[in-house]
Amino acid sequence: MIVADGLSKSFGDNVAVDNLSFEIHPGQVTGFLGPNGAGKSTTMRMIMGLDHPKSGTVTVNGRPYHSLPWPLREVGALLEASAIHPGRSAYNHLLTMAQTNAIPKARVNEVLELVGLSHVARRRVGKFSLGMGQRLGIAVALLGDPGVMLFDEPVNGLDPEGIRWVRNLLRSFAAEGRTVFVSSHLMSEMALTADHLLVIGKGKLIADTPVADFIAQSSRQFVRVRTPDPLSLTRSIERAGGTVIEESDGALAVTGLEAAEIGDIAASQQVALHELSLQSASLEEAFMEITGSSVEFRAETGAETGAR
Amino acid sequence: MTPASSPVDRVPPGHYGFLGALKSEWTKLRSLRSTALSIATMFVLTIGIGALVSAARASRYANHGFKSGFDPTRVSLTGLLFGQLAIGVLGVLVITAEHSTGTIRSTLSAIPRRPVVLAAKVVTLGFVALVVSEAVCFVAFFVGQAIIAASAPHATLSTPGALRSIVGGGLYLTVLALLALGLGTLIRHTAGAITAFVGILLILPLILQSLPSSYIAAIGKYLPANIGIAMMSPSTLPDSFSAWTGFALLSAYAAVALLVGGWTMVKRDA
Ligand SMILES: Nc1ncnc2c1ncn2[C@@H]1O[C@H](COP(=O)(O)OP(=O)(O)O)[C@@H](O)[C@H]1O
Ligand SMILES: [Mg+2]
Repeated sequence: MIVADGLSKSFGDNVAVDNLSFEIHPGQVTGFLGPNGAGKSTTMRMIMGLDHPKSGTVTVNGRPYHSLPWPLREVGALLEASAIHPGRSAYNHLLTMAQTNAIPKARVNEVLELVGLSHVARRRVGKFSLGMGQRLGIAVALLGDPGVMLFDEPVNGLDPEGIRWVRNLLRSFAAEGRTVFVSSHLMSEMALTADHLLVIGKGKLIADTPVADFIAQSSRQFVRVRTPDPLSLTRSIERAGGTVIEESDGALAVTGLEAAEIGDIAASQQVALHELSLQSASLEEAFMEITGSSVEFRAETGAETGAR
Repeated sequence: MTPASSPVDRVPPGHYGFLGALKSEWTKLRSLRSTALSIATMFVLTIGIGALVSAARASRYANHGFKSGFDPTRVSLTGLLFGQLAIGVLGVLVITAEHSTGTIRSTLSAIPRRPVVLAAKVVTLGFVALVVSEAVCFVAFFVGQAIIAASAPHATLSTPGALRSIVGGGLYLTVLALLALGLGTLIRHTAGAITAFVGILLILPLILQSLPSSYIAAIGKYLPANIGIAMMSPSTLPDSFSAWTGFALLSAYAAVALLVGGWTMVKRDA
């Protein structure tokens, strides 16, 4: 359980996190979604007590991070930037961490096994590939077998197989009853991994909602219609309460009416239809729209209905 | 909530603390090549230059009659003035390498109370620096005396002031390592902290030389480099603190650097 209350942080004049309040519950994957620079990493560092908030508080299991009796046994974190000395071996890095929280050496070998790095445990971390580095970061997070886990962009730089591995791992942690908080700037990734979403843009909370609801609310569906007589059909559709936007290739993007209704109107007007199809804006578009970061994108596709 | 098979399940009573931090710092120090490298550099510089200077001074003593002011103990320890740079690098890196590599975030996620981390670094570095510094001073002394003995009067451990100079030289290096750690904690950047360290030891004396001589006499003895010379000299030098007063003063410098560094460590973002 992580609880933030009015969390804010500025770097100079730049407001990175702006009055964030949220609760992150155990037993589910909570996605932390926002475009680059939205303040996700800063928020995670504040949860860990690494960055000091300008105002507000954040607690883990009811305590500020710095007063957890055995931090690594309660919270495991994979931070965005590497936090490992490249000159040290994977085993030694894990050992330095384990020793601080009285975690037995056997557990170091156990987590190395878990992430599949046993065979390179004695190799210097600087020689690791990006994927191996991420695996080591996950081993660090698992070290204290914590009930709360933070992952900042864990799939960055991973190949599709690695991405699937991380996704399944996060889902299994949540299924075990742990609190799993994972950030990403990719809506598509969150749609596959998360149960619940916190969406932020420019440091502000935009949505705190189950993933399914977010997708339903934010998806823009429209009906694409092609006809040799767009002018008269547009008039009829608008009379029936629909909204029409002409796409660049002459097709009509219609919102406010079902496909069947449009078909009926066309039939009653005796207008030929060459296409009548239901389109949904992709998740990525929905997310861009909600975080307001892609004005150009909307103009380009013409799928925007101007409803917002 | 967590799998029952895990050895981590048995959460010990109490909370994390200094002992675990010490173990971790010891593992950190011994698991990096830079540690062995800077210690090896310190040995080579201190003993090698000590041997060269010993040979040169002893030969001038024998062949050219440069007898006044010849102190075999002092001569054999001359290499310390070079070895001190290597131990400064070691002290700086103990903290700046954590910042440059991001390791500090791992460290503070495990030990969120930052003064505990710094204190563990002070004890670990202090211990390692003390052992290697005393070792290097004794070796430099014996190597130097073996060379000097061939052509000039040499010192033994029972020569008045000799033992105190050797031990003093080792303590000087040890405190310098801690001063370097304090500078590193304050400055965070490796190059910046090493520059500050070198500036204090080598540049400050040069600046002082450009001042009127009355200032040199009054201020000179406060400089860490001059305190070092006092600490490794068998007799008390003119315009200089005694070895032990100098040691106390230098320790105070290191303590101030560590306290200010520690304060900024607590206040700043990691
Ligand atoms: N250490 C820092 N110093 C100055 N500005 C920072 C620092 N860390 C983050 N920022 C700024 O804060 C904002 C949020 O950054 P960040 O938390 O990294 O976003 P995200 O992780 O969502 O991409 C950005 O504008 C970024 O430039
Ligand atoms: Mg980030």
